[in-house]
Amino acid sequence: MEIKITLNGTEMTAEVEPRTLLVHLIREKLSSTGTHIGCDTSSCGACTLLIDGKSAKSCTLLAVQVNGKAITTVEGLLTVDGLHPIQEAFKLNHALHCGFCTPGMMMRVVELLEKNPDPSEEEIRWGISGNLCRCTGYNNIVKAIKYASAKMRGAELPSTEPEFV
Amino acid sequence: MIPSSFEYSAPSTLDEALKMLNALGDEAKILAGGHSLIPMMKLRFAEPGHLIDINNIPGLSYVKEEGGYLTIGAMTREVELEESDIAAAKFPIFLDAAKLIADPQVRNWGTIGGNLAHGDAANDHPAVMIALDAEVEITGQDGARWVSINEFFMGFYMTAVQEGEILTAIRVPLPTGKNGNSYHKNERKVGDYATAGVAVNITLDDNGTCTSAGIGLTNVNPTPLKAVRSEQALIGTKIDDEAINIAAQYASEDCSPSEDLRGSEDYKRRVVKALTKRMITKALERAN
Repeated sequence: MEIKITLNGTEMTAEVEPRTLLVHLIREKLSSTGTHIGCDTSSCGACTLLIDGKSAKSCTLLAVQVNGKAITTVEGLLTVDGLHPIQEAFKLNHALHCGFCTPGMMMRVVELLEKNPDPSEEEIRWGISGNLCRCTGYNNIVKAIKYASAKMRGAELPSTEPEFV
Repeated sequence: MIPSSFEYSAPSTLDEALKMLNALGDEAKILAGGHSLIPMMKLRFAEPGHLIDINNIPGLSYVKEEGGYLTIGAMTREVELEESDIAAAKFPIFLDAAKLIADPQVRNWGTIGGNLAHGDAANDHPAVMIALDAEVEITGQDGARWVSINEFFMGFYMTAVQEGEILTAIRVPLPTGKNGNSYHKNERKVGDYATAGVAVNITLDDNGTCTSAGIGLTNVNPTPLKAVRSEQALIGTKIDDEAINIAAQYASEDCSPSEDLRGSEDYKRRVVKALTKRMITKALERAN
């Protein structure tokens, strides 16, 4: 069946089978491969994107379920002014090693910071509890989210120096 | 993993959905949040011939107080209950549970109605609703009926929702007097099903005597379990240490856990006992 979506601000239509998963539509038909497939069981969060601003795991949604909705993927974070503050924060704070979880992690953080612009460390850790990173041990991700939070609020920026513990 | 082929419809009214459901019979399955159903379809444990998506039907998502009840629309997302002021003020148990249900992304889609209608003893709302003595509204072409949560879970993945019917709402009596409720589950990691979970809801009179108690257990029985003997052990007492110990002991004896990767039967009974003690204590603190 034909569905209509807005992907990163661009309206488009796509022909999909009812059983097509959203992540396959995005990656294979619409060639936005920034959204990753990790576990394929809604555990790891690598496929996280935004549907009408709400983070969702696109491996566990049918493409037909987002008919008429607006999808934002990691490709939609970049602006004409450059990196999104969350992207910049991840880069400056070494919040990734292999980078596989990063797009999903950042899309989750978009909603987290929109709902809670100044989260505590505990709120951050619960907030990203649906996203697994097997490289960083999460410390630099938490640090990056604090940095992005400060940047987006216009507050004083925390240090990006590595912490040795 | 991709589900096997199926037809898809997204009706915009409940009447239309019920008509379709009746016309298609057991070939059709209702799609709510889909976060239990779609994983099962991907694994081909479920292969419905037709999905009826009820996400486009307005009026099924709300949390409101009316007529002495907190009524929750079936399509209310987990996150909406988690963020509801009414629920937070009177039912901290919903916040206890919400934080432990899957993860934030899943809670953005998963629905309260779906969590119950799936009929899985491993889900968290069944035990919570048992503790709260909820009723479930089931709608068919001939109208709606309310069913006690105690008559809702009929077997493994089987509920009182019959062919051609849709679960449309859940209501729980608003607490009166000194009331406290709480839920916790042990899980190996975020997003896992419970090793065991315990939900408790108690009401006390002015002298601190327990006038009613509800205790529900998660994932330690083929169906969500109402711990009747444990409830009875609290009613009429001041909920002192002795009463709490007896109630916890009964819960550990009356459940029927099976050994799996999360632990042995004996271990799970011990978890039930420990959690029952802790949740009664927490509910008591909240009541006072």
